[in-house]
Amino acid sequence: MTKLADLASLIRSKNAGPFELTFDIMFREESTYRRVVKSGAVSRIFVSKTYGVPEDEIMLFNVDNALAIKISIPRPIFQGDIGDSDSHCGQQYAPLMEIEIPE
Amino acid sequence: MERKPHVIGCDAGTTDGGPYALGAGKPSFPPSAVKRDLRFLLRGAKELGIPLLVGSCGTAGGDVHLEIVRNIVRELAREEGLSFKAGFIHSEQNKDYVREKLRAGRIKPLKPAPHFDEDTIGRSERIVGMMDESPYLRALEMGAEIVFAGRSSDTAMFCAIPEREGFPKGLSLHAAKILECGTASAVQRKQPDCMMATISDDHFIVTPMDPSLRVTAQSIASHSLYENSDPFLLREPAGTLDMRESRYEAIDDNNVRVSGSRFIPADTFTIKLEGVELAGYQSIIIASCRDPFIIRQLDDWLARLREKVAGRVLDVMSLGPDDYNLGIRVYGRNGTMGALEPVKEIEGHEVCLVFEVTARTQETATAIASLTRHQALHLPIPEWSGLITTLACPYSPAYLERGRVYRFNVNHVVEPDDPYEMFPIEIESIG
Repeated sequence: MTKLADLASLIRSKNAGPFELTFDIMFREESTYRRVVKSGAVSRIFVSKTYGVPEDEIMLFNVDNALAIKISIPRPIFQGDIGDSDSHCGQQYAPLMEIEIPE
Repeated sequence: MERKPHVIGCDAGTTDGGPYALGAGKPSFPPSAVKRDLRFLLRGAKELGIPLLVGSCGTAGGDVHLEIVRNIVRELAREEGLSFKAGFIHSEQNKDYVREKLRAGRIKPLKPAPHFDEDTIGRSERIVGMMDESPYLRALEMGAEIVFAGRSSDTAMFCAIPEREGFPKGLSLHAAKILECGTASAVQRKQPDCMMATISDDHFIVTPMDPSLRVTAQSIASHSLYENSDPFLLREPAGTLDMRESRYEAIDDNNVRVSGSRFIPADTFTIKLEGVELAGYQSIIIASCRDPFIIRQLDDWLARLREKVAGRVLDVMSLGPDDYNLGIRVYGRNGTMGALEPVKEIEGHEVCLVFEVTARTQETATAIASLTRHQALHLPIPEWSGLITTLACPYSPAYLERGRVYRFNVNHVVEPDDPYEMFPIEIESIG
């Protein structure tokens, strides 16, 4: 098992407008990208459990020409509203770094 | 400028910084920075005799934001001895117009959307519509050489001229989407800088203007991910940019060719609304705690604090729980992710606490923040006997008044009769 953080060239989170939160997981090598996609470890189930969002509200894309996996969810708290802790949503990705990818 | 572009586009706005710019009527960047950039843009456009299209003026694109930019433009024209016809396009919406559209059932929610009704419209501080390229092209037809517009789709300024010249809309929009973030699509962006796209009938080529910046097929393809929820489909007022069949090929280290992007026209032309309302007035207190006894019982301690504060506020100010909101952020535990934080234990030797009070007036917010500080400062724990001081407060006064704070209150689209009725155009001779 290897942690996703040790395989990806970039894992990031960002607001996509004031109402959505999006994650990009990018890879340098096509083989690494394929391995992670094939493992199915980056899944709606994981995102649902981790970010408290129903599975049917999660968008998950494999973007082959960018060697990237992309996930978008509704923001838990809309940007700037009372209780929002991360206006740009830039620091919401850390739990994704821990995902274990089988060999 | 040596490459002789046919248009210069500039996306001057965003909601990235949150609801404040639209709510308070203030740009996110200082006038000096806007003036510095506009000087280069105006000089370049006048020198080549090409249109300069600036969208989402003053960050949020309201009338007040457009006016700030208009004043900078007049100043610059005087200083540089330039004269030109400028088009100013408004995007701030009349509340009666929005009410009328709502009653007619021509405002539809996007996902996810806050509740939106006539009360929401009434409460709104400001509502803007996000225009596409159509009003820009009309302003040019009306004789404008340079256009300054209110809130605009990120692509409008860049795709207007290619579209007028008859290039395929899928390619124009895709090129525009890449250009609007400047060098963000380079392999390693050194600083915000310009990009150029050269469009033809079946492809376009993107090139960073700094020759030391590298672009690759992957870096350009990756840009469709950034700040978008869907990397393949991008909804614009007149339809959807479809990037599912897009092909990216590196020509060399500085040029990437993109082809295959398509445009799917929509049945209904829609304009996205952005609006904000006052959430209240805020005062915050920043403090830290180093006592391991308090840290190990922090939840319990904070629960007791909330109880004390509620009692004190009721007693002193006759205010109940509906009259204010007390938020407590615990940095060192879950300040970043809040309730979603998977790590539950505090592992550090100190925590930072931010107490945040939101109320209907600044006086009330500050009074409650001060009461909170005083209650927290000496709130006892069983391990110690005698009067304790629990928090380190770095500032005097301990509170910080944040003033008016806002929230976004609409994520909806409106169906106008045409692409122009929401965006009045003024032509002004400058200089």
